[in-house]
Amino acid sequence: MPGSPHISLQRNSVRAVMLKVLAALVPGVIVHAWVFGPGIWVSLLVCTAFAYLFEALALAMRNLPLKPFLTDGSVLVTAWLLALSMPTLLPWWIYAVGMLIAVLVAKHLYGGLGQNLFNPAMVGYAALIVSFPMYMNLWPAPVSVASHTPNLMEAFDLVFAGQGAVSPDAYTAATPMDAVRAHVRAGGRAEEIARESFKLIGKETLVLTYLLGGVLLLATRVITWHIPVAFLAGVTVTAGVLYGLDPARYADPLFHLVTGSTMLGAFFILTDPVSASGTPRGKLIYAGLAGFITVLIRTYGNYPDGVAFSVLLMNMAVPFIDAHTQPRVFGEARGRRGGS
Amino acid sequence: MSAARGRKLYTFPGGVHPEEHKAESAGRPIAAMPLLPLYVVPLRQHIGEPARPVVQVGQQVLRGQMIGAPQGYVSVGVHAPTSGRVVAVEPRPVPHPSGLKDLCVVIEADGEDRAIDMTPLDWHRMDPSALRNRLREMGLAGLGGAVFPSFIKLNPGARRQIPILILNGAECEPWITCDDRLMRERASEILIGAAIMRHMLGAEQVLVGIEDNKPEAIACMTAAAVGSDVEVVPVPTVYPAGGGKQLTYTLTGRVTPSRGLSTDVGVQMFNVGTAYSLYRAVTFGEPLLSRIVTVTGHVASPGNFEVRLGTPVADLLAAAGGERPQATGRVVGGPMMGFELHDTAAPVTKAVNCILVKNAQLFPEPPPPMPCIRCGECARACPVELQPFELYWYAHHRDFGKTQAYHLFDCIECGCCSYVCPSHIPLVDFYRFAKSEIWAREREKQAADQARARHEFRTFRLEREKQEKAEKLAKKAAERLESGAVAAEDPEAARKKAILAAAIEKAKKAKEAVQPKNVDNLPAEVQREIAAIEARRRGGADEPEAAATARTTPNP
Amino acid sequence: MLAAILVMSGIALVLGGILGWAAIRFRVEEDPLVEKIDAILPQTQCGQCGYPGCKPYAEAIAKGEADINRCPPGGEDGVKRLAELLGVEPKPLDEGLTHKPKSVAVIDENLCIGCTLCIQACPVDAIVGAAKQMHTVIPELCTGCELCVAPCPVDCIHMEVIKEDVSSWKWRYPIISLKRAA
Repeated sequence: MPGSPHISLQRNSVRAVMLKVLAALVPGVIVHAWVFGPGIWVSLLVCTAFAYLFEALALAMRNLPLKPFLTDGSVLVTAWLLALSMPTLLPWWIYAVGMLIAVLVAKHLYGGLGQNLFNPAMVGYAALIVSFPMYMNLWPAPVSVASHTPNLMEAFDLVFAGQGAVSPDAYTAATPMDAVRAHVRAGGRAEEIARESFKLIGKETLVLTYLLGGVLLLATRVITWHIPVAFLAGVTVTAGVLYGLDPARYADPLFHLVTGSTMLGAFFILTDPVSASGTPRGKLIYAGLAGFITVLIRTYGNYPDGVAFSVLLMNMAVPFIDAHTQPRVFGEARGRRGGS
Repeated sequence: MSAARGRKLYTFPGGVHPEEHKAESAGRPIAAMPLLPLYVVPLRQHIGEPARPVVQVGQQVLRGQMIGAPQGYVSVGVHAPTSGRVVAVEPRPVPHPSGLKDLCVVIEADGEDRAIDMTPLDWHRMDPSALRNRLREMGLAGLGGAVFPSFIKLNPGARRQIPILILNGAECEPWITCDDRLMRERASEILIGAAIMRHMLGAEQVLVGIEDNKPEAIACMTAAAVGSDVEVVPVPTVYPAGGGKQLTYTLTGRVTPSRGLSTDVGVQMFNVGTAYSLYRAVTFGEPLLSRIVTVTGHVASPGNFEVRLGTPVADLLAAAGGERPQATGRVVGGPMMGFELHDTAAPVTKAVNCILVKNAQLFPEPPPPMPCIRCGECARACPVELQPFELYWYAHHRDFGKTQAYHLFDCIECGCCSYVCPSHIPLVDFYRFAKSEIWAREREKQAADQARARHEFRTFRLEREKQEKAEKLAKKAAERLESGAVAAEDPEAARKKAILAAAIEKAKKAKEAVQPKNVDNLPAEVQREIAAIEARRRGGADEPEAAATARTTPNP
Repeated sequence: MLAAILVMSGIALVLGGILGWAAIRFRVEEDPLVEKIDAILPQTQCGQCGYPGCKPYAEAIAKGEADINRCPPGGEDGVKRLAELLGVEPKPLDEGLTHKPKSVAVIDENLCIGCTLCIQACPVDAIVGAAKQMHTVIPELCTGCELCVAPCPVDCIHMEVIKEDVSSWKWRYPIISLKRAA
């Protein structure tokens, strides 16, 4: 017979948590479609479909009930995060492989909901970027600069029928990050391109909507301030130090804050509670170091973005971080700490 | 001056705001119960050693007569709630989460309700130790729910300074209103009890902490405190504001050390009900015979009752108009910390502050649990700043060492974590499981250590006896040798022979000695039986030894 | 070439020295193996393992003469803990040995003839009484080894399973099932 308490906050549920995350993502999705064209709707659709397919498959194989887990919304969050971190308009099977790895490997092989050591969406992303670097570098250009942005029908064609009537050259462009790196390697100054990229993208709007979503999550207490603040601080400080050392070779901190998945990562990816640190001090260490690694990978690596790898690297360190950052309990003397 | 304004309050971490549901039972005055035909008085009503029954079946008892005497230090007396006859001293259902039976004294009331002679205690002049001893016999224990013997808490100790006495009237559990009603109706009596406590502890300051959702109680207590320096302090309504460490911190900012007591920081705390029972004990010389119990939830007419200890819950429910149809169960205590009552034949004890009848609307079945997603809601709700999800992880995997490293024993089982958990995991059940498992292992280990020590001593003793025997025999043999009874041609063989002879003689004597002699005056039948046994024993004289040898031979 | 060899050997020597120093400096004083095994054994002293007590069995395990699955009072749990300590696979109790619920010996005082045989058999001196006087078992000290049952000439000793009461009751492991059966 179960013991106390005999009441519970019925409105709290895993589904409610996930729905809040999804709701906070909606403004970002809409603005994404506005900035980069309607391709995002197709990739969201494809990712969602495969997410549910693989989730159902995994649950059936593990002999778990379908209903509570298919309706908990967690797999939808994974699907959306992966779709939003990837280029749009890629062939459908790339999204399928990404979701396969995210759901079957990163989530269910680790024990399913709540058990995964790594953020599933980021595992999917990392697997794709090392397996299909060509595709994963095909970032559509913002509507404002593209010579042609595929409409919804064309987007469906591109995704399901392969590269059809429209050539990728027409709608893709180097990401600002790649542009800066290429420019610096060619002997130019980072600032020139970084400043340039601001003008052409209109991406600040997208950044601001993710920020808005993040504030929503903070307000509804789905996340705490520790991770976003520490991550953004980690990015800013690292980029700031590099920029201070040599402004000609390194982009300024603001550039790092507004490009790539910085904001998405700060509020939606790093904050995945399952794979993130669970203690206040741990969160600061975890996210701060993730910010540091992100800038390093962006600056010295060859990948379009560093968020995914930094998240995965820090996920790995979470058990260790948590074990050593247990908060002092009420009434425990200073300097005495258990939990290691 | 009882003005509470201006006192700085401290905010403890965590906490939750469940629906209060106080209005259902708070509106009506405390009602008396009719005299019942039968009372079932458990001997284990307090923390510590249960009382030892001191009455026999058939014995007549009077109201207030001690029927269970304290045994051991942490123990208090138990008394007859009315006059009548003891009809049984046997295990009966008791209010306990296990649903197991426990030893009770069953009293059939004679309807006269005659009491023993009760003499008020002269608390001003009485020797403190004698006063505490009287309170121990009178059965005083904390009525807030923990039922810790009051006489121990009223001992200021040899060196301990206890400058602050806190009366706990917070009553933070939803549904329960017994302290609220008591403070509204008997405020000055409570304060007399507090004055006695203050005298016994030598406290300089008396604070009364009451949650601000009880304005009437605050008003009544404030009015009663006018002219004294007792300070009635409204505290913010947040569960568990009435927890000992929480209220201490809210009112004083003093942090009770982990695994420590509030007296470590100079604070002693009593429930207002305990203060009232102390008032009655001292003023009238009356042992603890009754308490206020809230009956609420899905009953016809919820309210508070002054209930004699030993009243079956079924009778108490009847007094509240009975359960309404489709009740789904009963909880002893509040919804956050109470436990399911298995049997309404179980009586009200010193620990029972509320009987809460459940129905499906007010207490819906929790949704099926989902896996923990480490969201941290529980950590934010925990008033002790634990990491409940980590504790759950380790308790779930029975890693009890780790649960202790994560401060399992700082958990007060308030239920906040389970209450907010989005995955609806019965977290506190896991902590209770881990705690009782650790205690059981501790008990087992102690028993094993004791057994090992006793076994080692026994082995040592046998060895020593053997040696002593050998020495004795050797001595005897030497005497014989000296007396020249044996020719000295082979002294070694002679010595051995002598030892053997002495041993045989001794064994013979021993065998004779074993013959039981306490078998006179037995019926022939038994005599025969014994004879048969003796024969069997003589026949198989070597058997036990052989068996022992078999046991001592390693069996690879 | 020579320089390289010298440098490498130098490094090897220095590191070896550090390791050696650390091994001495940070050595953890540990209980001998026998003590550790003995600490896991339930100290029933019942001899069901074939040894005259828990300590001898612990010694035999430490020497590798006895298997870890010969202690019925310790049960599965005990075997598991021994396996953990010794780094071997846990296994079920040996054939013929079964784990019984913990019990205590009770002497029927009407039948006892005061022969002291049970007193001699008790490994933990938990039986009191003198020759020709009625004996009794001190239940708190009894380990439930059953060694006193066989020697009794009048069969007045029986084992009683210890029943769970309010003070020894344990909270059960919460049942939360996510499986289809739920």
